[in-house]
Amino acid sequence: MLNVGKIEEGFVLDHIKAGKAMLIYHYLHLDKLDCPVAIIKNARSEVMGKKDILKVECDINTLNLDVLAFIDRTITINVIKAGEIVEKKQVKLPQELRGIIHCHNPRCITSIEQGLPHIFYLADDKKRIYRCRFCDEKYDSARVAEIWK
Amino acid sequence: MKRDLITPLDFSVEELDRLFDLADDIRLRPDKYAHACAGKKMATCFYEPSTRTRLSHEAAMLNLGGQVMGFSDAGSSSAAKGESVADTARVISCFADIMVIRHPKEGAAAVASHFATIPVINAGDGGHQHPTQTLTDLLTIRNLKGSLSGFTIGLCGDLMFGRTVHSLINALMRYPDIHFVFISPPELKVPDYITDALVERGITYEECVSLDDTISKLDLLYMTRVQKERFFNEEDYVRLKDFYVLDKSRLDMAKPDMYVLHPLPRVNEISVDVDDDRRAAYFPQVQFGVYVRMALVLTLLNITVE
Repeated sequence: MLNVGKIEEGFVLDHIKAGKAMLIYHYLHLDKLDCPVAIIKNARSEVMGKKDILKVECDINTLNLDVLAFIDRTITINVIKAGEIVEKKQVKLPQELRGIIHCHNPRCITSIEQGLPHIFYLADDKKRIYRCRFCDEKYDSARVAEIWK
Repeated sequence: MKRDLITPLDFSVEELDRLFDLADDIRLRPDKYAHACAGKKMATCFYEPSTRTRLSHEAAMLNLGGQVMGFSDAGSSSAAKGESVADTARVISCFADIMVIRHPKEGAAAVASHFATIPVINAGDGGHQHPTQTLTDLLTIRNLKGSLSGFTIGLCGDLMFGRTVHSLINALMRYPDIHFVFISPPELKVPDYITDALVERGITYEECVSLDDTISKLDLLYMTRVQKERFFNEEDYVRLKDFYVLDKSRLDMAKPDMYVLHPLPRVNEISVDVDDDRRAAYFPQVQFGVYVRMALVLTLLNITVE
């Protein structure tokens, strides 16, 4: 059994689909932080079989975690203070995604124009559908999973 | 703040009403507007071939007493040297007062509008949007039917890649009591984001393959061409290009006041024997296109003629 020490102040991203921890590490730019970050891959889980966990020892308010709702809806966020879980946070889908995914429509202007930001707007909150700001190409969680495979 | 026209939804229904009222006034009293844009320049930046749309914009500006300049294919522009749309938009802003752009890539006009400091008109961005054609269609329908509500409209042909169709449906969604009939081969069905939007708004629609089975219930029939340039596969194009042909015998099955619209150019989808029928509205539609573009130029340049 692997043991990773408790954190005193910070947050834990639990129930990450196995194999997705590094993806989230990059999207949250955790590599830029000067604080302890623990990445636990393939931890045993009764519900999921295997799961990934991220433990981050910094103020949760310094990060925008809304993007997590788009990347992996199964993730739970536990806010830790004085070594104890004080809050389980829910994330909402962000109205806009910038630089998270790239448009894969070969007819989209972003496929040829250098330097354009890849921006997606939330088109359907219930169905978790985003569309490219330029060409309106549809991206739902299944398509994003395919892109990230 | 500058205004652009990138999608048909950039103008509210109330703004469109004012635009169409202005277009009607221009149609009735063209002399009043003959010098409204004196000293103003329009740049037409066409990265792919077009006859109607480019000349219609240029005619609109010339009718208003303005001047026009530009290019009509990417090969004769800086795009051939690799210049981005963003940079071209910045540069054109130094030369002209208003910019009209057609580009094969979807979203190109939105990029131009972001970087240009002058008003930008989207004259077609790939298979995505073609809002000035939509304004043309709306003005034509308003004049033919007397209003933009309370009718059944059939859209026939390439509903998947047909940008005029997508733009028109998006625009008509905002008006009450319109029923849509989508007539297409299974391979060229209207995209799901459009039918999703119709469902969400409680707007009724039906999808079918046969024009013969549905033509009798239509108040308007919007025909489209199957566009070769939208296909990656030549075989698919050849198989689908003549899927629908509206001829006199089919038109005889329609209501006596069912008008036929088409964004043009037509190839084989409307026989020439339909042209003389009084319900053939596709050539008057072209003239409405000039009036509505004149009204659009005046509106975007914020020019009022007393």
